[in-house]
Amino acid sequence: MSSHAHAGGSTVHAPMAEPSGFIRKYIFSVDHKVIGIQYFLLALTAVVVGIVLSLLMRFHLVWPNAALPFVSGGQMSQEQYLALVTMHGTIMVFFVLTTAPQGGFGNYFLPIQIGAPDMAFPRLNMLSFWVTFLAFVCIIAAFAVPGGAPISGWTGYTPLSGLGEITGPGEGWGQTMWIVSISLFCLASLLGALNFIATTIDLRAPGMSLMRMPLTVWGWFVTAILGLLAFGVLLAGGILLLLDRSAGTSFFIPAGLVVNDQLQAHSGGSPLLWQHLFWFFGHPEVYIAILPGMGVASHVLSTFARKPVYGYRAMAYAICAIGFLGFMVWGHHMFVSGMSPYSGFAFSVLTMSIGVPSAIKTFNWLGTLWGGKIQFKTPMLFALGFVSLFVSGGLSGLFLAQPAVDNMLHATYYVVAHFHLVMGVAAIFGIFAATYFWFPKMFGRMMSEPLGKIHFWFTFVGAYCIFMPMHFIGIAGGIRRYADASAVGFLAHLQPVHEFMTIAAFITGAAQLFFLFNFFYSLKFGPKASKNPWNATTLEWDTDSPPPIDNFGGHYPSVYRGPYEFSVPGAVDDFIPQWLEPSQVARVK
Amino acid sequence: MPSTIVTEEMELLRVDKGPGGGGFSGGGGDSGDSGDSSGATRVPQRAYITGMFIALAGILMFFMAFVSAYIVRKDMPNSAWIPLPVPRILWLNTLILIASSFTLARAHSRFTAKDEDGFRHWWATTTVLGILFVAGQIIAWRQLAAQGIFLATNPSSSFFYVFTGAHGVHLLGGILALLYVQFRATRKVARGTAVEVVSMYWHFMDGLWLFLFLLLYLGR
Repeated sequence: MSSHAHAGGSTVHAPMAEPSGFIRKYIFSVDHKVIGIQYFLLALTAVVVGIVLSLLMRFHLVWPNAALPFVSGGQMSQEQYLALVTMHGTIMVFFVLTTAPQGGFGNYFLPIQIGAPDMAFPRLNMLSFWVTFLAFVCIIAAFAVPGGAPISGWTGYTPLSGLGEITGPGEGWGQTMWIVSISLFCLASLLGALNFIATTIDLRAPGMSLMRMPLTVWGWFVTAILGLLAFGVLLAGGILLLLDRSAGTSFFIPAGLVVNDQLQAHSGGSPLLWQHLFWFFGHPEVYIAILPGMGVASHVLSTFARKPVYGYRAMAYAICAIGFLGFMVWGHHMFVSGMSPYSGFAFSVLTMSIGVPSAIKTFNWLGTLWGGKIQFKTPMLFALGFVSLFVSGGLSGLFLAQPAVDNMLHATYYVVAHFHLVMGVAAIFGIFAATYFWFPKMFGRMMSEPLGKIHFWFTFVGAYCIFMPMHFIGIAGGIRRYADASAVGFLAHLQPVHEFMTIAAFITGAAQLFFLFNFFYSLKFGPKASKNPWNATTLEWDTDSPPPIDNFGGHYPSVYRGPYEFSVPGAVDDFIPQWLEPSQVARVK
Repeated sequence: MPSTIVTEEMELLRVDKGPGGGGFSGGGGDSGDSGDSSGATRVPQRAYITGMFIALAGILMFFMAFVSAYIVRKDMPNSAWIPLPVPRILWLNTLILIASSFTLARAHSRFTAKDEDGFRHWWATTTVLGILFVAGQIIAWRQLAAQGIFLATNPSSSFFYVFTGAHGVHLLGGILALLYVQFRATRKVARGTAVEVVSMYWHFMDGLWLFLFLLLYLGR
C-alpha cells in the first residue's frame, strides 16, 4: 500500500478538545458523527416498529378472523387494519427512509468526505436531531392516545382526516398527533437541509471542486435541496389541516358533508387542495428517499469493482435532473382525481422523462461493473441488489405513468408493489450497503462477512418473493388498503398468493435478525478495522477508524484528484486516494 | 457606554488557491476565520450568508404553499367567498415596515463606516419600527374581531389571519434577532456577519409583506 504522507499544503491546527461528560459526549452532542449515529439508531428503532406493523397487516390479510391476544375485541377490526396501514407508511417513509440515508449517513460522512471538521452549523444539527426524536415520540404516542392511531393513510387525505373523531376511531387525538409529529419532522428536516447545503457549498477542502466530490455527496446535496423546497409545503398544508380540525376553517372540507348522520358545518373547501399540497411535497419526498442510495450504490460499485464510476459527470448531472424533474410530476399521484386530460398528459410525459436520467444512471452502473475486478463483499452485494431492485421497481413506474393504464391500476396492489420495490427494498438496500461499507469506519471494527452474505441472500430473494407476485394481485383488481378481500368472489383464487407473500414476509423479516445480531455483536467483538480496509479512495478512509473528534486529528486534507481513481494505468496500486500528493503516487517504472 | 470603533472586519469571501489546483470554489478550507479564537472551528463567515440565503428559500416555499392555496380556493365555484375589507391600518403598518428597511440600510452603512453610535441608533430605530408593525397588525386583528370577523368566519378571513399570522411570527423572530445583535456579543459569528444576515432576513420579510399585502388587497 502506498504511503499516506499528508499533503504538504494543508494547515495544522490544534486538535479540537473532546467534550467532557456523558451527556455532552453522547446525548446532547454537536459532533456530526454522534448525531449521525443517533439518527441511525432512531431509524433502526423505527424500522423494527414498521416491520412489526407490516407483519401484522400481512397476517391479517391471510387470516382475517384469527383471534389476536393483544387486540381489543379479540379480532382485528377494519379500522385497526387501516391504523396499521397509516402508521406503517408514516413511520417507514419519514422515520426510516428519510432519516437513515440522509440524517444518518449523510450527517456522518458528508463533512468527512469533503474534508471538513464538522457541519457548518453544529448546534443547529443537534437541534434537528432532537426535534426529529420528538416527532418520533409524537407518532408513537398516537398508538396510546384515546381513539388510537389515525386511519387516513400516510397521505392523510381529507375530508377523512379533517373532521375529527366523527370520521372514525383514531381520527381525534390520533390524527392530531400525526399532524404534530409530521410538522415537527418538517421543521427538523428544513433545518437539516440548510446545514447540508451550506456545508457542501462553503466547507469543502482545498482541491475539492464540485466535480471531485464523491457521488455520495452529490446524492446528499441534491436530496437536501429537495428537502428544503418540499418540506415547507407539507408544513403549510399541515397547519391548514390543523386549523380545519380545530379552528373551524374550511380549507379542505367541502360544504354539505354528512358524516354519521351529522351535517358538518364547513363550507366550500377542497379535498383536492390537500392532495395537491401533499403530493407537491410527496413526490420530491420519494426522491429524497432514493437519491442517497443511488449515491451509495455508485460509490460502492466503483470501490468493489476497482473501476472508476462510468460517466461520473453524467451521474452527477443525472442526480440533479432527477431532483429537478421530481418537482414537476406530483400530479401522477392524482390521475384519477378528475383532472383535465391535458394536465394528465403533461404530468405523464414529465414522469416518463425521469426515466431518462434514471436509465443513464442504470447503464452507467452496469458500465462501472463491466470489465471490473469484482470483489463480492457484502456491501457490494447490497449495491448490486440495489441496482436490480431499482430496475424492477422503476419499470412498473413507467406503466403507472400512463393515465389510461393508471385508471385501472390506481389504488391497487400494483402500486403497492411498485413503491415497495423502489422504496421499501431498493432504498433499504442502499442503507444496508452503506451500513456494511462504513461500519468499519464508524465503529473501528469489521462486521462478519458470512453473516452479511446470509442476510443479503435471504433479504434479496425474500423481497422478490414478497413483491413480485403483488403485481399480479394488482392487475387482477386487488385493491390496496382493504382489510379483508378474502370474501370477494373474483379475488378468492388469489388468496394462496397472499399466503405465499405473507410467509415470505415473515421469513424475510426474521432474516433481519442476522443483520441485527451481526451489527451489535461486531460492535463489541468484531475484528479491529484498519484505516482503509476496503482500499477505497475518498477522504473518510484517510483518518482513523473511528475518526477523532475533528475528523482528521488536527490536520486537514487537501484533494488532488477525483474520487474514483481505481486501476489507473501506470500506478503500482489499483487505487490512488484523493488525498495523496502526486509526488507520492507510486508509479510503475 | 463609551462608543467603540467596530474592529471586526466583515469577511464575506476569501478566495484561497489550494495546492494542486482544480478550480474549487473559494471561501472554505484552510483559511483562518475572523472572530474565532478557539482555533479549530474553521467555519468561514461566508457560510452564515449562504445559510441565510438557503433559509430564505425554504421560508419562501412555505409561504408560496399558502399563496397557491389562496389562489385556488378564491376562484373555486361554490366557495362562499366573501371579499374581506382589508383594515385600513394595514396601509400604515406597511409604510412602517418599508421605513424600517430604510433605517436598517442606514444602520448597515453606518456599520460599514465604523460609526458605532450611528449604527446602534439606526439599528434600534429599525427594531422599534418592527415592534410598531407587529402592534399595528394586532390592532388590525382586533378591529376585525370587533366587526365579528374571525379565523373561521369566511375563507377570505381564514387566509387573512393565516397570512398575517405566519408573517407576524417570522417577523417576531426577526425582532428577536435584531435585539440579539443590539445587546449581545456573538461568539462564532463575526458581528459584521450577524449584521449582514439579520439585514437579509429583515429585508426579505419586508418584501414578503409587500407581496402578501398586495395579494390580499388586490385579490379581495
